[in-house]
Amino acid sequence: MAITTSKEFASQLAGEAVKRGASAAEVIIKQRREFSVGVRLGEVETLQESTDRGLGLRVLLDGKQASVSGSDFSKEALDDLMMEAIELVKATSPDDSAGLPEPEEFATVIEDLDLYDEEIEGLSAQEKISLALRCEDAARDVSPLIVNFEGGGFDTSSGSFILANSLGFAGEYRGTSCSIASVPVASENGRMQRDYWFDVRRKLNELDKPEDVGRIAAERTLRKLNARPVETQSVPVVFESRLAGSLIGYIFQAASGESIFRKASFLYGQLGERIANERVTIADDGRIRRGLGSRPFDAEGLPTRKTIVVHKGIFENYLLDTYTGRKLGMKSTGNASRGLVGAPGVDSGNFYLEPGEHSPQDIIASVKRGFLVTESLGFGINIVTGTYSQSAAGMWIENGELAFPVQGVTIAGNLREMLNAIEMIGNDLEFRGSVVAPTILIGKMTISA
Amino acid sequence: MQQDAIRFFFERFNLTYSDIDNLLGAALLRGGDYADLYFEYRLSSSVGMEEQIVKSATKSVSQGVGVRVITGEKTGYAYTDEIAFEAIKRAAETASYIGNSLEGTQSYAVNATPNIHNLYDVETPVAALELATKIELIKRGDEAARKFDRRIREVQSGLADEIKYVMIASSDGRLTGDVQPLSRYSISCIADDDGNLQVGRSGGGGRIGIEFYEDEQSPEAFGHEAARQAIIQLEAIDTPAGTMEVVLGPGWPGVLLHEAVGHGLEADFNRKETSAFSGLIGQQVASELCTVVDDGTLPTRRGSLNIDDEGEPTNRTMLIENGILRGFINDRLNAGLLKNQRTGNGRRQSYKHMPMPRMTNTFMLAGQDTKEDIIRSVKYGLYAVQFGGGQVDITSGEFAFSASEAYLIEDGKVTAPVKGATLRGSGPESLKRVTAVGNDLELDQGVGVCGKDGQSVPVGVGLPTIKIEGMTVGGTKA
Repeated sequence: MAITTSKEFASQLAGEAVKRGASAAEVIIKQRREFSVGVRLGEVETLQESTDRGLGLRVLLDGKQASVSGSDFSKEALDDLMMEAIELVKATSPDDSAGLPEPEEFATVIEDLDLYDEEIEGLSAQEKISLALRCEDAARDVSPLIVNFEGGGFDTSSGSFILANSLGFAGEYRGTSCSIASVPVASENGRMQRDYWFDVRRKLNELDKPEDVGRIAAERTLRKLNARPVETQSVPVVFESRLAGSLIGYIFQAASGESIFRKASFLYGQLGERIANERVTIADDGRIRRGLGSRPFDAEGLPTRKTIVVHKGIFENYLLDTYTGRKLGMKSTGNASRGLVGAPGVDSGNFYLEPGEHSPQDIIASVKRGFLVTESLGFGINIVTGTYSQSAAGMWIENGELAFPVQGVTIAGNLREMLNAIEMIGNDLEFRGSVVAPTILIGKMTISA
Repeated sequence: MQQDAIRFFFERFNLTYSDIDNLLGAALLRGGDYADLYFEYRLSSSVGMEEQIVKSATKSVSQGVGVRVITGEKTGYAYTDEIAFEAIKRAAETASYIGNSLEGTQSYAVNATPNIHNLYDVETPVAALELATKIELIKRGDEAARKFDRRIREVQSGLADEIKYVMIASSDGRLTGDVQPLSRYSISCIADDDGNLQVGRSGGGGRIGIEFYEDEQSPEAFGHEAARQAIIQLEAIDTPAGTMEVVLGPGWPGVLLHEAVGHGLEADFNRKETSAFSGLIGQQVASELCTVVDDGTLPTRRGSLNIDDEGEPTNRTMLIENGILRGFINDRLNAGLLKNQRTGNGRRQSYKHMPMPRMTNTFMLAGQDTKEDIIRSVKYGLYAVQFGGGQVDITSGEFAFSASEAYLIEDGKVTAPVKGATLRGSGPESLKRVTAVGNDLELDQGVGVCGKDGQSVPVGVGLPTIKIEGMTVGGTKA
């Protein structure tokens, strides 16, 4: 009953939608197999396995667009879905910017970016369980103060992405990922703290050793014990890599065509202007081999590429898909992304702050009195105005050394001022995710108790 | 509702009672305490407009079956997106691997179990509206927001709806089902006063019929509210940071209760003893003015359910009574292990996810004071009436919230609007500092989404006006 899924099948379906009255159509098929083991206190707590696939169809008619999705690949279900799409599209409004890319823009060569790992596919359940348990054991072995675990585990995922449209593009790629994590709980003087550490990679042999992940998770948790607030003051603030990455994520949002065309970004109208000091170069690269954010073509079939967003402090490029590009009178940067249903949106490839030359230890050592942020809580960031306000936890720095843990403070500032105040950038850039940054030092920020 | 759902799955996918019994048998083939099958068929659609044109219209069908096997504290889970005997059997065999014995050839027989509640028996769900009628609704909101003030520049409005059929078969012999309508209207706008940009948001919904959007919860009301919030923010001054008295307005500010207290009372964290509330049952965790419940049985509310996603009827569960911690939010697994009563809070995002203890509608009961008296009693403080979002670390109890609409209170009067206020504190500590509870309990308008472990579910929150002493306000200025 089910039809084999292939890019030929997707092309044929897009063609069929045009025969039924659409002026253009685009089909995506996502397939995924996932395995997840959760462990806690030396035992397997959960085992999960799944395979699923889904299909999305976007149709265009006289500048209008609509989309549908489903997971039933029977002919009847697909027919129904197509009829629904044709009905829906008649009700939307014409939009000059909507539509498929120009035919000459499509990727012609689908390069192998080394995103797939046979070894992950070949792992047995027992091996996966063992990796997860080794990670937890290593965390427990660090200290008797590690008294509990919220969880931890090892996950794998393997999937394929097919895209085809009625203008003749058809492409397919597959990829894998594996991840390992531990969430220990430490307790002392009746107060508990938790933290976590993890790694995620395309390839098993690039994943950090379970023992290292567990040990770091435990060390991070232990150093939070007996945390206290500090008085309100303005001091240098070091964002460790994990936090610097989330900060850089806000720059991505602000530089995304979706925020820009709506003029809903503090970076609107700033192209060509200095928005950070000359130390800061931020790029998006969708083609890094084995990168978690890498893909040979984007969700509209355009080749992915490297785009310098901020070059030595100058804002040089927005990140765009076809729609936001047309809205701004520009070309897509190959950053289209989409779920099964809905029009494409803008997403990052591998978005990162270029590393500097200082080790994280040197950066901390350079601070006489300041704050190392290791965690934040809350949603106090406004992309429209650039205001930044987060509840934070971390370590107090005295004379270049970590002195005591801090909790219950708010750090506040303005993203633009923060970009200008980056005084040191670490050499510790790691692609443990698709939006990443090395450790950074911001000259001065307000910390309130 | 229950019969409709069971008939839907049996007829559409050619299933029989004996198929269900056999599938449960397959799940428990290698032993285990319990197994269940969660069938889901969800039809969702949305329309959205922006720049005064209808830019999007979508429809999706999502269907599948999740199979779960529990043995002690261990859970095996597998799902398939094909609702057909052979595919479900494969998933059942995969889930069965968690079992560790070689025998398990017991037979199972399920019987349809009627639902106690009938909380959303709507005549015409929003999903049944003609597309043109839905478009009319989002246009009306857009126009109302634009008319509110000439400085409103960008408006996005949207209407989403779904009908979800669920059927749950469990090895303890129950077969339950439900048909769950859900709709949400949302609108956001940007006010632009010469480069000073501010955002406002509003919306509402629930498990409602089409009449909902014609009463006071009209698109015009949502449009006005979104525009009003954005315009007020244009005048807002920086928030002074510091420790002060905070008055929370009624309704949506209950999100603070949800984050600061609710998550910490979920039974999984308490079984694992990783919550700041672990082991505190029977103890004072809040001021005696505070009584907090989780109630999944309120008609037509967004967080309400006739049955939870494990087939258990929902309840009104006393969490905190006059300041004393009384109970937790339980699902089957954790209630069993903790020897607690099930509370009908086992929920999941979809058939792709395992159920967990989750909140439904969580709110504080009304007290004695009037809002006016509460505000009048504050010499200098913050009055927060709308929040963006918040987060909690349930182990340390630390939480953080961003207010999207807040004002200073000076000498008992509400004065200037402030921007960028964040409220911070510790869950177990902050409710002890509640010094006044208003008589004006309100529930939110029906837009809440709660995230936990990567799973999102619709929830409701509610609060009367309350006053909290010594709350930490983080501002944009020190």
